[in-house]
Amino acid sequence: MSDILKYFRQNRLPHIWCPGCGHGTATGALVRAIAKLKLDKNKVVVVSGIGCSSRAPGYLDFDTLHTTHGRALAFATGIKLSRPDLKVIVLTGDGDCTAIGGNHFIHAARRNIDITTIILNNNIYGMTSGQYSPMTPKGMLGTTAPYGNVERCFDLAKLAIAAGATYVGRATTYHATLLEDLIGKALINKGFSVVEAVDQCPTYMGRKNKLGTAVDMLNWLKDRAVNVKAAAVMAPEKLEGKFLVGELYNQPEPEFTAEYMAMAEQVRRKYDNFQGGVRECGQNSD
Amino acid sequence: MTNAKLMQGNEACTLGALAAGLDFFAGYPITPSTEIAELCAEELPKIGGRFIQMEDEIGSIAAIIGASLTGRKVMTATSGPGFSLMQENLGYAGIAEVPIVIVNVQRVGPSTGQPTSPSQGDVMQSRWGTHGDHPVVVLAPGNVKECYELTFKAFNIAEQYRVPVIVLMDEVIGHMREKVILPDIATLRIVNRKEPETPAGYLPYEADDDGGVPLMARFGQGYRFHVTGLFHDDTGFPSNKSDITNRFTRRLLRKVEKAEPAIREYFTESTDDCDILVVAFGSSAMSSLSAVRKARASGIKAGLFRPKTIWPFPEDSFKELAAKAKRVIVPEMNLGQLVLEIERLVGCKAPVERLSKVNGELFKPEEILSRIMGGAK
Repeated sequence: MSDILKYFRQNRLPHIWCPGCGHGTATGALVRAIAKLKLDKNKVVVVSGIGCSSRAPGYLDFDTLHTTHGRALAFATGIKLSRPDLKVIVLTGDGDCTAIGGNHFIHAARRNIDITTIILNNNIYGMTSGQYSPMTPKGMLGTTAPYGNVERCFDLAKLAIAAGATYVGRATTYHATLLEDLIGKALINKGFSVVEAVDQCPTYMGRKNKLGTAVDMLNWLKDRAVNVKAAAVMAPEKLEGKFLVGELYNQPEPEFTAEYMAMAEQVRRKYDNFQGGVRECGQNSD
Repeated sequence: MTNAKLMQGNEACTLGALAAGLDFFAGYPITPSTEIAELCAEELPKIGGRFIQMEDEIGSIAAIIGASLTGRKVMTATSGPGFSLMQENLGYAGIAEVPIVIVNVQRVGPSTGQPTSPSQGDVMQSRWGTHGDHPVVVLAPGNVKECYELTFKAFNIAEQYRVPVIVLMDEVIGHMREKVILPDIATLRIVNRKEPETPAGYLPYEADDDGGVPLMARFGQGYRFHVTGLFHDDTGFPSNKSDITNRFTRRLLRKVEKAEPAIREYFTESTDDCDILVVAFGSSAMSSLSAVRKARASGIKAGLFRPKTIWPFPEDSFKELAAKAKRVIVPEMNLGQLVLEIERLVGCKAPVERLSKVNGELFKPEEILSRIMGGAK
């Protein structure tokens, strides 16, 4: 316990989340993974957007940045490109990441920039009290889907893989140790890493859809989750209405900031060796 | 050998930024500002800086705010549609007090409008584009050399007061080429943000209520501080307390108000004894200058007042001149934006005449001269 406590700003607790909310479990999994890797507190930056999930960084004892709705990855891109030596983590929600922030998400994945993105997916907009998100399953209720959601939802893992993420995993808050394990591997991967933490919102998702208590909702998550290894030998009809958990993709590729620095190094060498003229502008920075 | 060069406004702007210490640029291609991004892409890797072409303008301003928090001097450049997209995060830079420079090379709007034609339709947006009371400084170069000088100054203001600074150019100023003699970089005074000396006891937003500027630490240096776009107390953490909200809002605006004497800048020509005062900025001021000179040649006592800083406006100096004028004429490439400020400042002391042009073309000096001579309104 003392291992993980040191990564919290204990004077900022208790947190603002509702009783039974899964965000604390997911945040705990992140901190445990960080503790296991013994990351230097001074070399980690946690960035978030807007929503319930995005309040998490305030409780964590790192440099933390609470940005605008959907834009965490774009702010984080600036931080990482400026300081490739820092470990940059983005905490975001399903609405923040896949609706308003969808464009930044696919482009961060395309670049394979070394940012670990953890999506706290409770399938609903909690902060604004229960509207449907791009991750709300079809047919479920939200305050803006009073007759049932008629839209299709994303398979976020598939989206991440298709867009170019090099590490993708998914777990639920029921599978807290798996979640911690996946986040650990995501933190190690040098590239754009995505971990979807499917969690429960008993207050809005739960009440609106009559899903019961937080414990009932955890069971609801457990019942629908199938480990990717088990799924490989299951008949397709058995997987209907289920989602996969586990490590879904792990394929290292050249990372963006490393590529940029290598390009810049080459340019600099050529430029510094150039004898034919005077350097016109600028001054050295780092 | 002099430092004389033939260059474009957008190029001068970039060189001014580099001279001020620009080492991080994020942007998205948009006419008529794109040359700035292109030049940054070429120059920044050579000096240990960074360039990134983001997926849109929202991402561009977000990325520079992130980079600024790591201690870099940052800029983005855009035009109308992109500037509109940047507004939310412009407010973020204001409330989180992150130094950034935004260049807006104005084109005809609204919407996609006329990408390759000049306009001055973003005067009010540059001041009031983002929601809520917020601090912002807007500088308006009137020729190519000033693109260099005022972009340089923009960085110094951003760093000193931790405020977003907008360099408001227009298509003509950005694309026009002039001979420019650049200053020797060694003679320029570069201002850097004030940083704390130690993490011990550091409060990221601790500042004098009377427009104080907090010390700014960098991410990744052991300070482990929090930054948010929510109202916050001096610890940087959110607060809903009415007293804190009130004091914080007032400090943010007071910060710029207090700095006004150091920021304000303007140019005048033949204003000592003028009866007819022309007020214009940017490329409209170039045509105005020519018109004023022609009027003088015909014995008409005309003069030009050209603000180089629109927000804050050089109020006191202007009021003094306006008090002596019999007429004030405001030519601008919009249907009346700067003129609202001028009417406010002149009051009822002299008639203020609007001279608007919104056909996507630059003013001809004759059009302004004709108005000076009492021509059609």
